Amino acid sequence: MRLLEVNQVSKRFGGLTANQDVSFNVDTGQVVGLIGPNGAGKTTLFNCVAGFFAPNAGSIMLGGRNIAGLPPEACARAGVARTFQVARTFTSMTACENVMTAAMLQEHNVARARAAAMKWLAFANLERFADKPAASMTISEQRRLAVARALAIQPRILLMDEVMAGLNPSEVREAVEVVLKIRDRGIACLIVEHVLEGIMPIADKIVVLDRGVKIAEGTPQEVSNDPVVITAYLGD
Amino acid sequence: MTVMKNTIFSVAVLLAALALPVVVDSSHLNMAILVLMAAQVGVAWNMVGGYAGQVSLGHAAFYGLGAYASTLLLVKFGVNPWLGVLSGGLIAALLSLAFGWSCFRLKGHYFAMATIAVAELVQIFFTEWEFGGGAVGLYVPMDRQGWLWMNFATKQPYYWLALGLLLLTLVANWWIERSYLGYYFRAIKDEPDAARSIGVNIARYKQIALSVSAFFTAIGGSLYAQKELYIDPNSVLSTALSIKMALVAILGGVGTLFGPVIGAVVLTSIEEFTRILFGGTGRGTDVIIYAGLIIVIAVFYPTGIIGWLRSFKERRAARADASHQMAVHAASAPTTNGEPS
Repeated sequence: MRLLEVNQVSKRFGGLTANQDVSFNVDTGQVVGLIGPNGAGKTTLFNCVAGFFAPNAGSIMLGGRNIAGLPPEACARAGVARTFQVARTFTSMTACENVMTAAMLQEHNVARARAAAMKWLAFANLERFADKPAASMTISEQRRLAVARALAIQPRILLMDEVMAGLNPSEVREAVEVVLKIRDRGIACLIVEHVLEGIMPIADKIVVLDRGVKIAEGTPQEVSNDPVVITAYLGD
Repeated sequence: MTVMKNTIFSVAVLLAALALPVVVDSSHLNMAILVLMAAQVGVAWNMVGGYAGQVSLGHAAFYGLGAYASTLLLVKFGVNPWLGVLSGGLIAALLSLAFGWSCFRLKGHYFAMATIAVAELVQIFFTEWEFGGGAVGLYVPMDRQGWLWMNFATKQPYYWLALGLLLLTLVANWWIERSYLGYYFRAIKDEPDAARSIGVNIARYKQIALSVSAFFTAIGGSLYAQKELYIDPNSVLSTALSIKMALVAILGGVGTLFGPVIGAVVLTSIEEFTRILFGGTGRGTDVIIYAGLIIVIAVFYPTGIIGWLRSFKERRAARADASHQMAVHAASAPTTNGEPS
């Protein structure tokens, strides 16, 4: 079933075109990778979907409703969750309170939000940190915490911005497992990634951007054999 | 155990506060009232400035609005001060919408600067407003006294009013701190973008924090007017007052329930002590000490007195823990063949 439809989205910053007529779809429960060399416009597109930027043209349909131009909090309510390149955990709070704050979108009652948060902490394998200050956790743990927090709003699609950047191989494996568990819950994942080793084996589909335009789309196999993609990554 | 210790401590402080008017003379009672009133506005400021992290340096605007609203209603229209106090709070909460609308577009230092500007505008307005007494100010008439008219010849009733208002403000903060609002405020303070990404409408919740804060600050202003029986733009609307409100909370510990209370005790003591020591001509020494305190807090204790006490306690606990572990290790060493456990 079609969940997210990005249609002809363009985003300009003054004279700079960050995205030009980008279109692609994400189906329910699909893992889609958004890749491309530095400055390809991945994060800009991602921010358009999450509501942090309003596209200059095009539409972004989530379950048949156009969310393009809505503010981030409205996108979150519509079912779009996201993580950031840096974890951006709430550092004055414990791990559990971080996730509780997100769970409060569904449930203002503190005790029930706490119960929901514990469930998501367990999901991300972080129960043992529940009452520890988020600031005391490692980078990789904080990233997983950010994922648990994003999931606690009960989204239909989760946008992850470079969750695997800077992780060591065993941490990448952990991150991959979490992504697969999220997919198994029927939540679609759109993953911006620079590290291709992590994303290629798990993605149902890869969308490749270069200089703001989509240059390829297909299965990881198709994309990695595409001469256009190879040229974009390695140069002429 | 710490919960029980804290409860016992709070009850002891409350009992001391209740017994105070019986044991001290009227000049010390007056100082106690000043502490309570400074603590109350500090606690009210803390809602938006501490929990939600939106450092306002224009809160005197709300204090003054409260003071002027209740006094004008009483002087010009004969409205009972109890109603006047409530109206002052509501008017301030309503006008905080304009305050927030104009200032919340800015972040951090720019927000703080904008709040100063807005408060200055309010002060200029009241200085020029003939009907509101202008620069001369307003006297609260003393013809009707007693609890019904919130007007007394002695200090003691004002002590009870100030204590009651402080407790009410603390309860409001305590309730908000534990509800979802408290979590949202802290999220906004820590990471506004992340807060938005989990569906928190940060503009709305900053405004809620500001309006609640304005409501209680204005009530504090009304009480000041009823106690001092005279207000003018300088005494209830000045920037120095705004800064003092923020300082009370920052010195004690921002975003903590009792931080401003501790801050108020320390600051008011300094203020009164310098006044006693240097008399009227010594005015300004308290400001020098304030300035020194700001520097000390900023450099050494950014979390305020409460934060300093907590870190002290944590260090002691860590030391106790370490020595306990060493003792356990020493005791078990012979049986484990010298293997470190």
